[in-house]
Amino acid sequence: MSDATTQQEKFPFGIASVSIGEIERRVPPGEAPPLPPNNRLAFIGKSVPRFDARAKVTGASRFTVDVKLPGMLHGRLLRSPHPNARIVSIDTSAAERHPGVRAVHVVTDIVGRAVEQVPETDPPQPNGVRLPRALYAGAPIAAVAAVTPDAAAAALALIKVEYEVLPFVVDLEEARDPNAPVVFRSAVAGSGFAGGVAAGAEVAQQGNVRGPSRIGTRGDVTKGFAEAEVTVEGEYRTQVQTHCCMETHAAVADWHADGLTVYLSTQFTAGVRNELAAAFGLPRNRVRVLVDAMGGGFGSKSGAGTYVRAAIALSRAAGAPVRVVHDRHEEQVDSGNRPATFQRLKIGAHRDGRLSAISLYTYGTAGTATGAGVGNFAQATYECSNFDSEQYDVFINAGPACAMRGPGNTPGAFALEQAVDELAEKLNLDPLALRDRIDASPVRREERRIGAERIGWSRRHTPGADTGTIRRGIGVAQSLWGANVQTNASCEVRLMRDGSVELRSSVQDIGTGIRTVLAQVVAEELGLTPQAITLRIGDTDFPAGPPSYGSRTTASITPPARNAAYKIKQKLLEVAAPKLGVAAGALDLRDGRVFVRAEPARGLSFREAAALLRTDAISAFASRSDDYGGFRRAMGDAALAQNDLGGVQFAQVAVDTETGIIRVERVVAVQDCGRPINPEQIESQVQGGVLMGLSYALYEDRILDRPTGHVLNADLEHYKIAGPRETPEIDVVVLENYQGESATDAYGIAEPANIATAPAIANAVYNAIGVRLRQLPMTPAAVLAALGRAPYGG
Amino acid sequence: MLATSLAASAAVAEENAPLSIGPGAVAISLRVNGVVRTAEVPPHTTLAEALRGSLNLTGTKIGCDRGACSACTVWLDDIPVASCMVLAIDIGDRAVTTIEGLSRGDTLHPVQTAFIAHDAVQCGFCTPGMVMSCAALIARNPNPSLDDVKTAISGHLCRCGTYPHVFAATLAAAKAAKS
Ligand code: FES
Ligand code: FES
Repeated sequence: MSDATTQQEKFPFGIASVSIGEIERRVPPGEAPPLPPNNRLAFIGKSVPRFDARAKVTGASRFTVDVKLPGMLHGRLLRSPHPNARIVSIDTSAAERHPGVRAVHVVTDIVGRAVEQVPETDPPQPNGVRLPRALYAGAPIAAVAAVTPDAAAAALALIKVEYEVLPFVVDLEEARDPNAPVVFRSAVAGSGFAGGVAAGAEVAQQGNVRGPSRIGTRGDVTKGFAEAEVTVEGEYRTQVQTHCCMETHAAVADWHADGLTVYLSTQFTAGVRNELAAAFGLPRNRVRVLVDAMGGGFGSKSGAGTYVRAAIALSRAAGAPVRVVHDRHEEQVDSGNRPATFQRLKIGAHRDGRLSAISLYTYGTAGTATGAGVGNFAQATYECSNFDSEQYDVFINAGPACAMRGPGNTPGAFALEQAVDELAEKLNLDPLALRDRIDASPVRREERRIGAERIGWSRRHTPGADTGTIRRGIGVAQSLWGANVQTNASCEVRLMRDGSVELRSSVQDIGTGIRTVLAQVVAEELGLTPQAITLRIGDTDFPAGPPSYGSRTTASITPPARNAAYKIKQKLLEVAAPKLGVAAGALDLRDGRVFVRAEPARGLSFREAAALLRTDAISAFASRSDDYGGFRRAMGDAALAQNDLGGVQFAQVAVDTETGIIRVERVVAVQDCGRPINPEQIESQVQGGVLMGLSYALYEDRILDRPTGHVLNADLEHYKIAGPRETPEIDVVVLENYQGESATDAYGIAEPANIATAPAIANAVYNAIGVRLRQLPMTPAAVLAALGRAPYGG
Repeated sequence: MLATSLAASAAVAEENAPLSIGPGAVAISLRVNGVVRTAEVPPHTTLAEALRGSLNLTGTKIGCDRGACSACTVWLDDIPVASCMVLAIDIGDRAVTTIEGLSRGDTLHPVQTAFIAHDAVQCGFCTPGMVMSCAALIARNPNPSLDDVKTAISGHLCRCGTYPHVFAATLAAAKAAKS
């Protein structure tokens, strides 16, 4: 990075609440100059009201489910009633003849599950087509498009499918048995797309068990444990959690003479565009993917699933746009989930707390997908030179999992953060003091300090010391998440001759507020108000933006937005310079004016300057450049920044020892995301992460029925998520952590905010009742059992 | 309930129409946001579907379609109800107010203003329903406590976790509405 084209610049460096110093970085050409800390900026770091809030509170926002096109048909999917079945034959003729039906489609490829589509031994259909097995109850089989939803539903009932019903397994433990029914009969390739762990393509597979992946293994754990003066060992179980997006998966596909347009509730317009272009043999510039308002994804809306392909196939066959929207049952069964896990975790330590060895053995199930591992949490959070992991995927006949908010690390933290607490107790150390010794991060140290003060850590009693029916406790846990960056992320900033400015990118606002954040960044650079910036996003006709998963949107798209705005600024100053009789370098932009820096009264309004443009508009394009300090790792279109993201959360709980009910009374969440751009929106997202974590800790559990293989609670009545009554007081603190890594130095927040909550609650419960709960969800029955008060005499 | 709803639907049907209706579409009229609107819908059409479909009022959202999430909350007269749990043909002459009818022209309802000011909106899918319930609360109780707000929206699900900001916004809106 120190070639002749780069130049040396000084950036603010450090945590604002500790001290801000300076760091020198070599910066590539074309980058906007270093940005001072937030307290010296007009809009960055201010809680500018969310741009689309007005549309959302008035019902004017257009979500995918609200899209109506002329002649639009209603599509529905036929789903397998069996958890494992071969399709012997399928007869769609009666459905095709049903009044109002315009197209029928038989599903030949299932998107999202592990790769085996059709076992070699399965014969083809009479027409030569080979159909995939239905590997879970709810697996898509066929689809119908009709003029009304009623006609589509009626036609589905007319599709005759002859199934050869096969033995199945839906229980994680049973599936590990070598004699269990086998889900995939041939070797599954590919790495873990449920995000837990990238089990390389070459791992072994026996029966339903695939692995091990030995992610992070280093040093010599045998030696490490031999040196240990204290060890702790525990077994932890976490359940399947479903994303429960309030807007179910939804698509409107329009196959037309020019190509394909898809309105889609998606986290990644550009990625889906590329995926669909390849799947349907179209050039990328003939495929357009759009999303305006988007009703929640949490990892489940990253790609184009089977239902999207079905909508497109139906639209092509019918010659009309087709809408396919999951109903709530479909959403809960077949739109992804967080894998269930088992973890056995052992930690060895010296008397002073230094860790000598960690060994982690896990298996879990992502249903018919891969990637049920527990991430890199145990491997990366604390200093320990001897680490060994052995992680397995177990296939069961259930809907494929996919990434869900902090995949891998969320169940991983539930185990490690309890084990570290247990270790602290054995060492007779305060849990925070132990973490101060084994956690090298200065950021986490400051987060512990702030959080401890806010929660009142000093009044924490010894575990189990509280008496009475309601017992209170306080617990802490940490979060760690890689700072992801999409290097394939671009945008364009345009200035029109009337002074209007807009930003264009395919990046989507999934409720995180990136519209507002981009307007703040562009406005800051151009000396305008954020409200003066028009945002054109969520459309692949604009430069390809990043995906909104992996907490990378802000990190990826705000630096190019600022750099593009900076180029516009320079062009505008050049145009204004002759008029003001000075060199462009003597000019600056602020408060809607171009002015002479040495003589601020002399200048032009922004509009007057824009009117001097030679052409009707000027445009600047920018892509994400590498982090100035270099990336830790680059992988294709994405990269990992040097510094991790994380946070420390504290929970205060009240446990009713008669009913077993755990109430979370208060959570303090201290998080970091580099330079915060919109504190209020960040607070919103952190609250969301805490609530999803609390809900995971106490309520959520997808239940598969062993006799039938069906999901018993595929709805929002019996699948309980935290509501207003379960919402504790949530105190959010966001660190300003300057690293001088990019034109904005801003990183993500969504996932790190979710990871620490469940273990913080678990540690608080232990502090309250003196008994550890190592299984999620921590139900009243589990609490009573832990207290030796099982209600049914158990 | 059944008697009134039959009477209500009879009122909009032909004079000597048969006693049974459907399965084809039937004509209904609905008083929505102060305007009488007519539509042809199959008799099993819920109010939520009728609003979103023929009446093109898509601000009302469907999250579960069975009374579990309250995303579809509208007012019948001044009572917030889950519009996915009532049939359009059963509404009769009760006044329906949807999120589109809450503001007065460009002037937002105080709850809407407060939702914007407190960032009580993330993805926004649950928001119209939340706003309708919170606005109904401050209409019937100008001095709500935090607990009252929690009760008023206890049936609402928000996966993005806007509840804390919704609490703050609603309490602030109640204050603003009084001054
Ligand atoms: S859509 Fe009516 S309650 Fe969920
Ligand atoms: S704001 Fe997304 S569901 Fe409530």
